[in-house]
Amino acid sequence: MSFLNNVITGVSLGSIYAIIALGYTMVYGIAKMLNFAHGDVIMVGAFMCFFAMGSFGLPPLVGVLLAVVVCTVLGMVIERLAYKPLRQAPSLAVLITAIGVSYLLQNGAQILWGAATKTFTPIISPTNAAGEPNALQLFGGQLSISYVALLSIVVCLVVMVSLTLFTGRTKLGKAMRACSEDKGAAQLMGINVDSTISMTFAIGSALAAVAGVLMCSAYPILSPTTGSLPGIRAFTAAVFGGIGSIPGAFLGGILLGIIETFAKAYISTDLSDAVVFAVLIIVLLVKPAGLLGKYVPEKV
Amino acid sequence: MKNRVLALTMAAAMTAGLLSGCGGGSATTPAPAQSKGAASGAVTVKVGGIGPITGDLAQYGTATQWGAQVAVDEINALGGPITLDFTYEDDTGVADTAVSAYNSLKDWAKDAPLVIYGTTTTAPCVAVAAETYADRYFQLTPSASSPDVTANKDNAFQMCFTDPGQGVAAANYLKDNGLGTKIGVIYNNGDAYSTGIADAFLAEAKNLGLDVVATQTYPSDTTTDYTVQLNACKDAGADLLFLPIYYTPASLILAQAKQMSYAPIFFGGDGMDGMLDMEGFDKSLAEGLMLMTPFNASATDSRTTTFVDSYKKLSGGVLPNQFAADGYDCMYAIYEACCKIDGIADMDHEQLCDALIALFTGGSFTVDGLTGSSMTWLESGEISKAPVVVKVVNGVYENA
Repeated sequence: MSFLNNVITGVSLGSIYAIIALGYTMVYGIAKMLNFAHGDVIMVGAFMCFFAMGSFGLPPLVGVLLAVVVCTVLGMVIERLAYKPLRQAPSLAVLITAIGVSYLLQNGAQILWGAATKTFTPIISPTNAAGEPNALQLFGGQLSISYVALLSIVVCLVVMVSLTLFTGRTKLGKAMRACSEDKGAAQLMGINVDSTISMTFAIGSALAAVAGVLMCSAYPILSPTTGSLPGIRAFTAAVFGGIGSIPGAFLGGILLGIIETFAKAYISTDLSDAVVFAVLIIVLLVKPAGLLGKYVPEKV
Repeated sequence: MKNRVLALTMAAAMTAGLLSGCGGGSATTPAPAQSKGAASGAVTVKVGGIGPITGDLAQYGTATQWGAQVAVDEINALGGPITLDFTYEDDTGVADTAVSAYNSLKDWAKDAPLVIYGTTTTAPCVAVAAETYADRYFQLTPSASSPDVTANKDNAFQMCFTDPGQGVAAANYLKDNGLGTKIGVIYNNGDAYSTGIADAFLAEAKNLGLDVVATQTYPSDTTTDYTVQLNACKDAGADLLFLPIYYTPASLILAQAKQMSYAPIFFGGDGMDGMLDMEGFDKSLAEGLMLMTPFNASATDSRTTTFVDSYKKLSGGVLPNQFAADGYDCMYAIYEACCKIDGIADMDHEQLCDALIALFTGGSFTVDGLTGSSMTWLESGEISKAPVVVKVVNGVYENA
């Protein structure tokens, strides 16, 4: 039964990674840049929800909506101010700028909200009024799946499916794919490249807000550096699944969560990170574009 | 990268802090000291404090600063033979910044006898103690708890328990009180504090015949998922979990244990102190938690209540924790020791250092403070005081 428990822990952790990884992969796929500030947008989202629920006593749904709105605007502002002027610059310059934005957000949060760790109020309380765990009990209570974990998994699936449909079926989605393939040609076809990229950042940041709230509901501590480590893990997941591929980010996230949990449970709690990255290296050796990524040879 | 950005911010903050510190200091503390000194012929001893008052660890540094300030104000109002001239430098919790802070304190004291108070955190304290040992300044730290701080240095003394000392005390407490038949331990093996306590606890538990059924580790305090470690302890049947870790990871462990309906006795070290003051923390999670902390802010003896009141005036309402109380006791230890030494007025820092070392290790010098009574020091610089175990009842500490 502890095996099943570990699977559940791994999948719920993995689905949070997957939601973050979907944001990474969207932005990379369309704007062809690694947005290292993505993890810190997660933190901002979690703080928004924390203040909405904790300080103003608003219901959880309003807190989540507020986090999504603030992060969407923040993502678009970051794109407009920091990345758009560098559209023609070498990709290294954009990468460094993204790292800079990441530290700006972290240190800004530290000045605004202090370095001390705060306890996040989960959007679904871990226990009900009677003090019993808010969880789905199976096999006579031997297997317990918390509602927050269930919610993470469901949200992750919904997000993955709707993003796939969005990019495949809608006009805006087609515009995004066109930008991804060839910005110049897309512009000649009458697509507004700037607003398409801006839209991508808006979607990615909204996902970051959702991920932030879910992550802090599952692991209820919050500090200005909360987003940086999951951000790196999710980036790994995106590369693992094949960066730029939406189902790839989903698969990568879930697998990463499961590998991490299994490594902890069956190998060593100290070596879990080493195991995760060793698996990543092996996968990249065998499939350089990641599990579901397409290998596109550079045309010379 | 992060360090550089931090360093720049800190440098700016530190400059600002220095300026305001000088202004505020001359307006308050030294003024009454001098007037009193002139009247009663009191000798002024300079005390230079070092600790992080900006940055990630600022909460600890400010606590040791304010705690000491409360004691200095009380001491200077006593009208005794010694007055203290106290200043505080920011080290942001970084070793080389702490050494520069120490150098500016030496410049500040000029030829007057100077005692170094600090530093708050271990790594900077080890660095500064190496300097004070070479330069012959007496050093008393409120909170740097590693044995490395005092090792091979006759001039460095601690007010807090050492990490191994805490582990041994915990094992003995569990044995003496018959708490827990099967013990599980979860600690951070990437952290010197946590490992220091856990290693000594495990060794002592073996000596005492305690039944440790599970020993689990995690690599850093940024870890968020402890269900694997908790499952291992639960499966091993541990009915007491010893957690020699800081309160942030501990708060997650408490929440996750509750989620999996695992309710052993939780027993922690002084790193747990502060959990109840976390913003947004659900205090019911900590109900029944036992921890060893030398100071209980909700105690009702008059010395504690006076201290808490004065401290809250300085801190703007924040309650003092053990860091503040250890800082307060440091000032009284320095004051009472200096009162016992003849001819301080003519001493330089080196003579004062030797006189203080002789007194602290002489065996007959004891201090009564907030964190213990009849406290004495070993030759190693380690303190000898009884551990106090408190239990969280209705969201506040109660002596267990």
